[in-house]
Amino acid sequence: MRDVAIVAFAQSAHRRRTDELSEVDLLMPVLHEVLGATNLKANEIGFTCSGSADYLAGRAFSFTMALDGVGAHPPISESHVEMDGAWALYEAWVKIMTGEADTALVYAYGKSSPGQVRDVLTRQLDPYYVAPLWPDSVALAALQAQALIDAGATDEPALAEVAARNRFAAADNPYAQLTGDVPAGGHLVRPLRTGDCPPIGDGAAAVILAAGDTARALCERPAWIRGIDHRIEAHGLGVRDLTDSPSTRLAAQHAGAFERPVDTAELHAPFTSQEVVLRGVLGLGDDVAVNPSGGALAANPIMAAGLIRLGEAAARIHRGQSDRALAHATSGPCLQQNLVAVLEGESAHA
Amino acid sequence: MTDVLSAPLVVEFPFTRSLGPVQSAFLTGLRERTVLGVRTEDGTVLVPPVEYDPVTAGELRELVEVAPTGTVTTWAWNPSPRRGQPLDTPFAWVLVRLDGAGTALLHALDAPGPDAVHTGMRVRVRWAETRTGAITDIACFEPYDGEPGPAEPTPHTGEFTDPVTRIVAPARLDYVHTPGRAQSAYLKALEGHRTVGERCPACRKVYVPPRGACPTCGVATAEQVEVGPRGTVTTFCIVNIKAKNLDIEVPYVYAHIALDGADLALHGRIAGIPYDQVRMGLRVEPVWSGAAGGSPHPDHYRPTGEPDADYDTYKELV
Ligand SMILES: [Zn+2]
Repeated sequence: MRDVAIVAFAQSAHRRRTDELSEVDLLMPVLHEVLGATNLKANEIGFTCSGSADYLAGRAFSFTMALDGVGAHPPISESHVEMDGAWALYEAWVKIMTGEADTALVYAYGKSSPGQVRDVLTRQLDPYYVAPLWPDSVALAALQAQALIDAGATDEPALAEVAARNRFAAADNPYAQLTGDVPAGGHLVRPLRTGDCPPIGDGAAAVILAAGDTARALCERPAWIRGIDHRIEAHGLGVRDLTDSPSTRLAAQHAGAFERPVDTAELHAPFTSQEVVLRGVLGLGDDVAVNPSGGALAANPIMAAGLIRLGEAAARIHRGQSDRALAHATSGPCLQQNLVAVLEGESAHA
Repeated sequence: MTDVLSAPLVVEFPFTRSLGPVQSAFLTGLRERTVLGVRTEDGTVLVPPVEYDPVTAGELRELVEVAPTGTVTTWAWNPSPRRGQPLDTPFAWVLVRLDGAGTALLHALDAPGPDAVHTGMRVRVRWAETRTGAITDIACFEPYDGEPGPAEPTPHTGEFTDPVTRIVAPARLDYVHTPGRAQSAYLKALEGHRTVGERCPACRKVYVPPRGACPTCGVATAEQVEVGPRGTVTTFCIVNIKAKNLDIEVPYVYAHIALDGADLALHGRIAGIPYDQVRMGLRVEPVWSGAAGGSPHPDHYRPTGEPDADYDTYKELV
């Protein structure tokens, strides 16, 4: 098996709206930054993969516009996933593991500001039984939150603490959209208050993956992907136990997350209640730095927020702040799909 | 910011979907005020039913009828209903396990306020007056304090007269589209019957319409360049099928046109010349629609009368 690492990460400043920027305008500085960090030229990258969603822009094939930003002519080896960029990273990892590339550029972006994101996300639901009722993303998260409250796993004050801790951590994150004291606010959909919900915003992120000695040449302390896996659960919400996340647990197990403790965890939990579920299934103790970036509660550019969790975890390893980090990404309602990666830095004593 | 255009963008479509045997029976059943579930290999009754076992992926066909009464397994109070949702007054989203079912169905509960709702409360289906074979045939749930339905569902053939075999799910999403700086500048120039492109700072190519980036170099383009108005047909096709709602006689010619000074051809219709006399190298100029408030784009391009361009002058743009 090849060793594959995240060797560079960049993200935009996430903002409530970016009317003056097209998707490619939003993305290009991030691409230049991540390439600059490795001194690679776009045409030296072996494989490029992106994540985004047409429904955010309201236009078919919107990702093809963003391709201009990577210099896709003359032709490059390229692919796209219509979901969070974390899954694009998974595809790129497979491409490198199979020996078809030595380096990969993975990027993701989302502009939520043109539409009503609560309504837009209903279009990913079961089209026969659920989507015709237009249950918005906050409503579905609120059902999960109430299930947790009924089970005694949390209560409204505990959820408010989750929000406060994330946004306090985000004060050190210059890219975050919401930081510091954010009022708990009124109920958006009870039991969730505005403070329990992520900000709506626009943003982009990119990482570079590389194999073996290439990674060592490009980065002083590569964040080696020791394991990565993703799992999905039944789409019927009433079939699932919303207080549990067996898909996360299984992905974490396959990624080797339970073999040794991690010191950092970047969890993709756009709603406070989802962090409660994830901490539980991942068995994260108080000694683990959970979402030192502020997580998705501080900045939630849809389709990029999961990739950012991988990038933030890797960046802590690059900076020497972490030796073994867990990164998690989610997609779909109530943590339907989950991806877990375990990243490690080479020991300083090896 | 002020230089950026914005406009409403509505994405609206009637999504027609065919139903398999299980979904057809379930939705037809709702039309007939009958709630059906499907029994899995381990005996669990799934409501709403699916065609494949979520655990084993085995095919499921054993239909059963469950009660229209049930128990709330979790809920969320929605103080501000949104467009398309089942009720337009504040309501609770609920997952309801109907009596006889092993799983829960998502719907709305009509209740006076959040204090009137709790997990474990008993509810029953309120049927829609007009039912067509859709999940919305259940108008919502309502509180219910009568007798529970039987715990054991009864077998059902799933057969109805005039079964529903497909649904049409209308979707509408509203956006405010902003095309960004480069395309805004392009569209604004068109209002003055001018065409502007942008030059790449690295390879010096002029792109039109500009999208803010050079697809070869992957860098931002910013330097505006006015191109045209005349140009050269680089390639073309003859359209023989009349498009719906398009008031243009067929056959007509659609062409790639390299405007003078541009390094990328854009496309447009060619008129003012018989369709079978259009050729590569033909020199053309835009004809703007006279209609006030009409499209800012040229209506079509017509021959200028100049001699044809030499192939070498446009071969890179074909
Ligand atoms: Zn260029």
